[in-house]
Amino acid sequence: MAKTPRKLQEFLELLIGIADRFREVPAEIARRPFPTENLVPHCESQAYFWPEDRSDGTLGLHFAVENPQGVSARAMAVILDESLSGELLEEVVGVEDDLPYEIFGRAPGLRPLILEKIESLIYPWTAA
Amino acid sequence: MSEPVDIEARGYANSSVLVSTEWVSQHLEDPSLRIVESNEDPLVYPSGHIPGAVEIDWARDLNDPLLRDYIEARTFAGLLGRMGITPETTVIFYGDKNNWWAAYAYWVFQLFCHSNAKLMDGGRLKWELEGRAMTRDVPDVVAVAYPVVPRDDAAIRAFREQVLQHVRGGRPLVDVRSPEEYSGERLHMPDYPNEGALRGGHIPGARNVPWARAVNKDGTFKTAADLRAIYQEHQGLSPDDEVVAYCRIGERSSHTWFVLTHLLGFRNVRNYDGSWTEWGNLVGVPVER
Repeated sequence: MAKTPRKLQEFLELLIGIADRFREVPAEIARRPFPTENLVPHCESQAYFWPEDRSDGTLGLHFAVENPQGVSARAMAVILDESLSGELLEEVVGVEDDLPYEIFGRAPGLRPLILEKIESLIYPWTAA
Repeated sequence: MSEPVDIEARGYANSSVLVSTEWVSQHLEDPSLRIVESNEDPLVYPSGHIPGAVEIDWARDLNDPLLRDYIEARTFAGLLGRMGITPETTVIFYGDKNNWWAAYAYWVFQLFCHSNAKLMDGGRLKWELEGRAMTRDVPDVVAVAYPVVPRDDAAIRAFREQVLQHVRGGRPLVDVRSPEEYSGERLHMPDYPNEGALRGGHIPGARNVPWARAVNKDGTFKTAADLRAIYQEHQGLSPDDEVVAYCRIGERSSHTWFVLTHLLGFRNVRNYDGSWTEWGNLVGVPVER
């Protein structure tokens, strides 16, 4: 109930706005129950990830986030999708592991565990 | 695993400290209530909450910004006044993580003797999964005057010297952290930053009962019979015992404090909020692995 610092408030609103653009994996890629092999390890938001190998050599990225409280996971999925879907494989795998810190790391008041959660979402394919 | 049953039918020592999501949905306009959300994730409340709910941030609102301690009485009175809470207001807490942070806020409120408080069983996740109303509108609250009530740490809070005496006296402790933290393999829960203490392990003699064992998969509390099996039959605790619960900073153990005190009727449970981030850094105290 204390007033949220303005910069943090703006940042939270930005993330929520991004999360609102989240679109779940289309049915032609995957349907429930989602296979555990697509479950992102260590992500408590129960995020799933599917890479789509497109005929033109680019990748499509698809996600599902089963925990309705996974706002940060949905935001990160949107950022990854909007930034990397349609890029060539070598571009996608070249993304650094510390991407979440690059994006979120300077946000005042954002607790490290949120960053860990976001990081866990992108790990499987940056490590691939 | 227990089948969800009505709160009143679960056999709790004090079922009046819990309300169901259905009950809350029927009391959204009740002026004698204030619904308070408290979460770990700061994104959750602004992304949507129960209509009329205000937010308490466990770090910003309940902890002193300088000392490692809770806010003092005047600050607490100001906080509740801004939320439109009087001593007569029933505060309904709920939040993420199976009410872990909601239980923490509930416990801090008890330090200031605001006993007119309850937890919403199942927390935020159950409310959301049931498809109940959510809003992003932050309610306009008319501030009121809340009296300055001195904080009383004696009954439900334990400090390190008291814990040392407790250990020497062979009295029971419950370590509610994960088995990995209890064994000393980790200094924090799996998937969290491995930080916060110079030594791993547990306070000698402590039993390990991870806090989340007290809840069902849907976030509701287990029945009294199931809880008794966990804490009394398997761990040998008795409602007459003087028990100290601890975790890393006292939040998870607030949840266990709530279970032992209200749901099982233990009469003397204290939360050691210094917990492992204090004990695991203290020079010369005994540690067991």
